[in-house]
Amino acid sequence: MRSETIAASVAERPAKAWRPATSETPATRRVLIAIAGIFLGLVLLLPLGAVFAQAFSGGWSLYLAALAEPDAVAAMRLTLLVAAIAVPANLVFGVAAAWAIAKFEFRGKSLLVTLIDLPFSVSPVISGLAYILVFGSHGLLGPWLDAYGIKVAFAVPGIVLVTIFVTLPFVARELIPLMEEQGAGEEEAALSLGASGWKTFLFVTLPNVKWALLYGVLLCNARAMGEFGAVSVISGHIRGLTNTMPLHVEILYNEYAFQAAFAVASLLAILALLTLALKTFLEWRFAGDMAGARGH
Amino acid sequence: MTSARLAFKQPSILPGFGLSFGFTLAYLGLIVLFPLAVLILKSAGLGWTEFWRLALDPRTVAALRLSFGASAIAAAINLVFGLLIAWVLVRYRFVGRRLIDAMIDLPFALPTAVAGIALTAIYAPNGWVGQFFAPLGIKIAYTPLGAVVALVFVSLPFVVRTVEPVLAEIDREREEAAATLGASRLLTVWRVVLPSLVPALLTGFTLALARSIGEYGSVIFIAGNIPYVSEIAPLLIVIRLEEFDYPAATAIAAMMLGISFVLLLTINLIGAWSRRRFGHAV
Repeated sequence: MRSETIAASVAERPAKAWRPATSETPATRRVLIAIAGIFLGLVLLLPLGAVFAQAFSGGWSLYLAALAEPDAVAAMRLTLLVAAIAVPANLVFGVAAAWAIAKFEFRGKSLLVTLIDLPFSVSPVISGLAYILVFGSHGLLGPWLDAYGIKVAFAVPGIVLVTIFVTLPFVARELIPLMEEQGAGEEEAALSLGASGWKTFLFVTLPNVKWALLYGVLLCNARAMGEFGAVSVISGHIRGLTNTMPLHVEILYNEYAFQAAFAVASLLAILALLTLALKTFLEWRFAGDMAGARGH
Repeated sequence: MTSARLAFKQPSILPGFGLSFGFTLAYLGLIVLFPLAVLILKSAGLGWTEFWRLALDPRTVAALRLSFGASAIAAAINLVFGLLIAWVLVRYRFVGRRLIDAMIDLPFALPTAVAGIALTAIYAPNGWVGQFFAPLGIKIAYTPLGAVVALVFVSLPFVVRTVEPVLAEIDREREEAAATLGASRLLTVWRVVLPSLVPALLTGFTLALARSIGEYGSVIFIAGNIPYVSEIAPLLIVIRLEEFDYPAATAIAAMMLGISFVLLLTINLIGAWSRRRFGHAV
């Protein structure tokens, strides 16, 4: 008789709010999810929505007019040019650094890795200042370069250089952990079978790291096109000449041309969303091919 | 054996070490180390008394205090909400979870200038959110509070992204053990789960703090930039540069680098201690 009642009470239990001992009650879960949602909504989604709402506040025609304006077009062109130089430069650097660091054992390796990460821990404004101190007209090399008619500070070369500085670590830090994990075994096999060094790199190493490489390039490009602080210091804000898109947004905004500012900003926001979408796709599809892919 | 160990590089049959290592060093030296060395030399060249006269200028001190104070508050806010978001994303399954997870990295992808004008539009007294605070007498945009909001946005991903993988790896058996021994859920989370997250939380906090201290683009739009009140140190550097006052700009930069270095070193030491204490590597 007694065992029956126990069985009955055990059978009844799941019908009530049963939950595993290592989880929270459904109510707690819902509250926590709601808090996270509200916080992210206020901090992330509203600003993103505001960009597009303000950009289209005057309708399509004003939106397109703001983008077709000559200074805006010049800014877009400069942003593309800067990224087209800075990203390949840091791509080559990242591959070279990863090859030296991941495939060889040498002294001072961890110091080198730390130095590569340095641009991430220096304020962009301070990096811009450092470049002014080197290339400005009172700087270390500025007067000497001036004598040859070469302008770096307050000109396009300066913008390119600080952008390279700021985005330097992106490709290297994607490749180094992955290539360290993969080791040198496959390359050694290729070499022992008679392949040349370059051939080994092109047909063995590169295919192994291509997705991580793309991932690094993606993040590098997003930062290169969006960098503001460092570029703002070195550019001198010359309209139509040394204004990148983020700087153009600032100028329009400070002139109270809000709709135009948000219209140009919306292009940068679309770029950011595309970057996120591609990045998420790579993480989802090729998670195994990218060691330290998460956490940027 | 000893000679091999003393050698700079261990032998390898792979080619290209000289080329790749040389190129890496030259590139890093020219792009990163040389300009930073010039910055340090220039600030050292100011001389001891001149440096402190510039560094302890009241406007500079106020700007440094705001930069470090607002960064600490923003990092602390992200410590709490970052943990909560990481917890929700790792432990719960709900509609839209993947989308939220992808959106966390938005502050890394969105240019800071865009974030700055967007946040200003929302938190201004007539903005979508600001209008609800204005009647209460709370101004967010154009005050130091605005700087905190911008820094919360900018440094949001760090704590989430450092805590997420550690939380996903945690062995649920310890929580089960705590539960079978009669601990309530809250006690289990507080005494069993949280301690093993401390090192990751600290790392995330440090990264968020470091990022916030140097942030410029998003803050200058929303903070109002009133000297002594809502002017951050990077902005003061820019202002001094525009006045061609290079010594003052250099001194502020040196102060920022110096304080950041001491601060981050201290936090890293605490982190090393907590890893020993709680025995969980990040």
